[in-house]
Amino acid sequence: MTVTETPVRIAELSCGAEYSGIQPEIDSAVKQVNAVMVYPEVETSEIETIEEELGLKVASPDLKLMMARAKSIVTGKVHVDAVFISTCFRCAEAAIVRSEVRRYINENTRIPVISYSFTERTTAATLLTRMEALTTTARRKSLLAREKQTGITAGIDSGSTTTKCVVMKDNKIIGKGWVPTIKVLESADEAFNNAMKEAGVTRSDIQALGTTGYGRFLIGEHLKADLMQEEITVNSKGAVYLAEKQKGPATVLDIGGMDNKAISVLDGIPGMFTMGGICAGASGRFLEMTAKRLGVEITKLGALAIEGDAKNVKMNSYCIVFGIQSLVNNLAAGCTPQDVAAAACHSVAEQLFEQQLQEVDVKEPVIMVGGTALIEGLPKAVEELLKLKVIVPPNAQYIGAVGAALLSSGFISK
Amino acid sequence: MKVFIYPTNSLILSDLVERFGHKPLAMMQVIGKKVRTQGLDSPPLNVTPEDPKFGLKYAAVEVPSGVRGRMALFDPLLTQAEAAVVVVDPVLSFGCQGCARTNELVNFLLRGKKIPLLRLDYPKDEEEAKLFVYKISEFLKSLKPEEVKK
Repeated sequence: MTVTETPVRIAELSCGAEYSGIQPEIDSAVKQVNAVMVYPEVETSEIETIEEELGLKVASPDLKLMMARAKSIVTGKVHVDAVFISTCFRCAEAAIVRSEVRRYINENTRIPVISYSFTERTTAATLLTRMEALTTTARRKSLLAREKQTGITAGIDSGSTTTKCVVMKDNKIIGKGWVPTIKVLESADEAFNNAMKEAGVTRSDIQALGTTGYGRFLIGEHLKADLMQEEITVNSKGAVYLAEKQKGPATVLDIGGMDNKAISVLDGIPGMFTMGGICAGASGRFLEMTAKRLGVEITKLGALAIEGDAKNVKMNSYCIVFGIQSLVNNLAAGCTPQDVAAAACHSVAEQLFEQQLQEVDVKEPVIMVGGTALIEGLPKAVEELLKLKVIVPPNAQYIGAVGAALLSSGFISK
Repeated sequence: MKVFIYPTNSLILSDLVERFGHKPLAMMQVIGKKVRTQGLDSPPLNVTPEDPKFGLKYAAVEVPSGVRGRMALFDPLLTQAEAAVVVVDPVLSFGCQGCARTNELVNFLLRGKKIPLLRLDYPKDEEEAKLFVYKISEFLKSLKPEEVKK
């Protein structure tokens, strides 16, 4: 991103942000991604009639204002590049409006939308990745439209748990590196070197490099990357590319070590997305701890879960502490490790389903990516909850690195 | 007397209360004070994350932060209220409170204060409007005028 770029115009449709004291945090995140917040103007009469027009009756005037503002975007009365919808966490009425307004804009425009429920503890740092994805989707549509990797490029995905790297040549992966994230830079160097070694290339052969994940800026600066991009756009691109579903709608699910992403994609470009990071019980970490407790390698947990039945285990908490305790109690009560592994997968899938998939429109194909997608019990649990087939593409654990390598090939001609 | 008005940003109600010698307790005063107070807080309302925490005085942590933040602003108005005029279902241009849950809580707390309270529907035509103003003026006249400070 350069400062000479025209700022992206993001419409803020919110209720309660100002009164929660977090508007400066929103403004700060927006400023960091070279965007400006706009508040669509509406007439009082439009607020008074919006309930009838949209068919949704609400008690709070600020929510009526939100709906009227959404209408002014849909009808083209105001021009914006992206929309940020946010309401107070735990407000039932606002949750319904947030969801319906998001759907209304998504069905009637191609403007990217993100929704978020905040508390007074929401910070700019929490919002930054989301805003970055939102502005990238709005700003770099031509880059995101890229469907084939060209030349020799590499992508590094610095995750909270592992660092992944791929080297690609002429639309094929020719080298891979996968190491635990210990020291961000050293882990990235190691993964990068491993991938180059496998590919039989050196740094000077790499024509473009892309970085993503938590350490993207640090590694990007260190290795002089051409592209430093958040994981929402990169993972969506990597997912539809590896699953060979680049055209039409798709839903990408990524259960990470620290947070989860649910992304609604159209032609490889994210439309709506959510990013959860409040509860560790809904993350890969929960499965890692379960595997440890069961005394099996994390890579074996999925196969174990496939043999078990989650219904045989009574779990009374999603929490990473009490949920594990619950699993231990079930083991003590005579449940099999297979059933406990299945219950752990079901618990994570259920949280994803309850807390995130309600925020995006789930459209087939559903593509699960990230290292956790390889824990077979997890996609199976998601399939059972969604009652549809889940695709786990080859190299699902390298999704971010592949997406970064693919997108960075757009920088070769420069 | 100090008269709480609802909607709390209604200029018409605020004006009526003043005309009858009372002091209106209106949201404009609280927000005005927040905006004029110098500091590094957030413009334009200067509500900070500390306000929703203060709002815990009125509602538990599972209540949305926007409700608690608003309650923090209502606190000085509710504390001082000696009487209240509440207009039910007004049109937006008469005065507007953004959050329905906050409004329910404020109205509930007002009832609990056992202060003189006039509750009336927003008028639908001119005849009702005349009666509306008459009822408010009679109510305000019945209140002891605010003592002039010497």
